[in-house]
Amino acid sequence: MKKEPILRAENLSIGYEGKIIMKDLSFEIPKGDIFIIMGGSGCGKSTLLRTLTGLIPAQAGQFWVRGVDFMQASKQEKLEISKHSGILYQSGALFSSMTLAENVALPLQQYTSYLPDKIRQIVAFKLALVGLSGYEDYYPSEISGGMRKRAGLARALALDPEIVYFDEPSAGLDPISSKNLDDLILEINKTLGTTIIVVTHELPSIFAIGKNSIFLDKTVHTISAGGNPNELLKNPPNKQVYEFLTRGEKYEKGTK
Amino acid sequence: MIEIKTEGNSIICIFEGVLDGAQHIDIPLAELNNKKIQLIGKNITSWNTDFVILLFNTFKNIPKDHITYSQLPEGMRQLLRLALQTAPKEPETAKSRPPFLERVGGWGLSVWSSIKKGGLFVCGSVASWGRQLCGKAVYRSKDFWLVLGDCGPKSMAIVSLISFMVGLILSFVSAIQLKTFGAQIYVASLVTIAMTRIMGAIMTGIIMAGRTGASYAATIGTMQVNEELDALQTMGISRTDFLVLPRINALLLSMPILVLLADFMGILGGCCVCVLFWDIPLAEYIKYSVNSFSIGHFLVGILHGLVFGLIITLCGCYFGVNCGRNADSVGTATTNAVVYSIVWMIVMTGLLTVILNSLGV
Repeated sequence: MKKEPILRAENLSIGYEGKIIMKDLSFEIPKGDIFIIMGGSGCGKSTLLRTLTGLIPAQAGQFWVRGVDFMQASKQEKLEISKHSGILYQSGALFSSMTLAENVALPLQQYTSYLPDKIRQIVAFKLALVGLSGYEDYYPSEISGGMRKRAGLARALALDPEIVYFDEPSAGLDPISSKNLDDLILEINKTLGTTIIVVTHELPSIFAIGKNSIFLDKTVHTISAGGNPNELLKNPPNKQVYEFLTRGEKYEKGTK
Repeated sequence: MIEIKTEGNSIICIFEGVLDGAQHIDIPLAELNNKKIQLIGKNITSWNTDFVILLFNTFKNIPKDHITYSQLPEGMRQLLRLALQTAPKEPETAKSRPPFLERVGGWGLSVWSSIKKGGLFVCGSVASWGRQLCGKAVYRSKDFWLVLGDCGPKSMAIVSLISFMVGLILSFVSAIQLKTFGAQIYVASLVTIAMTRIMGAIMTGIIMAGRTGASYAATIGTMQVNEELDALQTMGISRTDFLVLPRINALLLSMPILVLLADFMGILGGCCVCVLFWDIPLAEYIKYSVNSFSIGHFLVGILHGLVFGLIITLCGCYFGVNCGRNADSVGTATTNAVVYSIVWMIVMTGLLTVILNSLGV
């Protein structure tokens, strides 16, 4: 049975004022999926993520998050969507003047009326989920890059979101930390049933975690392929996808 | 509902019905030690994450091999496994406060290290200026013009306004006192001497410390955060030549002009008050102002301006270059740049006053 989409885009155009980077983007992300937005550098992956999270407006088209037309949504509806979404930024984006516990507690203090003791318990649990139990009182500057990303993930998970967006989660991490983060993403998806949307061009991560994907093609300024990344590698629909997924191997028609 | 029973060396917790985190698991900590814990779910109708958080916080310090929860519902079990998979980090032992003498010694060493660092930075900047005279310093002229534009023309409006107001206040306050002797005409002399000798330079210095010094520290500090300073170093380009030198040149060039402007605007402010409020004729005010104007006072003001310009640039750049690598540090660097600029300006004013007085200027 086909799962209900948690995010759906129809003929979406993204970019900045007066400049369209990608157009006619149509895709559906089913609930509980791990969805990869992939493509070469500068193709507009991060712009798409910024559009989907409401940081910049879409230039044309429509998209629905949790069944709500995001572009027509009221401030209250957008706030509600924000409460059900978590974002892990490339650098973790932790507030450097706050401890890890304070960082994770921030969305809880903002959106819930929990008492401080309850918040403290939730924070300890979320940090434990990402393997940072006991690091509550550390500042971001006192931990490694990989740990910062995991702490950022704990903050993104603070409100038990239905969707978590990841912007280049493996960027700047060594292969082992990168693999550990991929494993964590899989665990979070499996355990909490969270829909994961990942913007990346890291091939090992794409193949390890991706259940579904879209490929943003710079040459045609739109999606040129979609589906399971491993399937796309076996049956590449075009030259760009093949070269991207094989790190630039020469494409010949019928390549398998 | 939660049922807790002890069987030999095991504590068995049985959970039933609705589990939403509102429950309490009352097991004394002492009893948990060296006992096996068994968590069992029976006829659970519903549960949520809050209940898993309760389980986690109750049992997080139990060694992994002492707790079994295989008889809990699938989702709850997985969530608990994920949370308990990493043993909590051992808390670091709190450092004891060092004895008084050690703290004083530590403070002394850090002050000495700051003085040394500051001294080296000043020497480096002087050397860089020397290299410039020999044509060996590397910086882009474009940077110099950009900085000059920012600290020169763009500062004129604020310097004019503040100096005008200072002249106005000075004139008002002094006229009230001088009026009692019928000597309010001397307000013109007082404002002219005060503005040209020191007030113009001090006001310009304070404005520029807040405006330009802070901007230097923030800009260079952000470059430190973005690793741009490291990039300069690895390219073999001197940070002092590339970043400090154009700023020193720009402020040394713009400060005398700004001080001149401040002097003029201050005198104009005084004039407005005298003419409009104290019925002193404009010609009289100008006559007394011109009579009391001395080139010596004016040059002293310009000298102060040059020294203040140097202090502002050095403080701004020093705190920028020595900034940490996070957002907080940039804030601290900016604050320090302004505070230290003002403190050093006051110190240098005192020193210059003593020196110039002893020279009879």
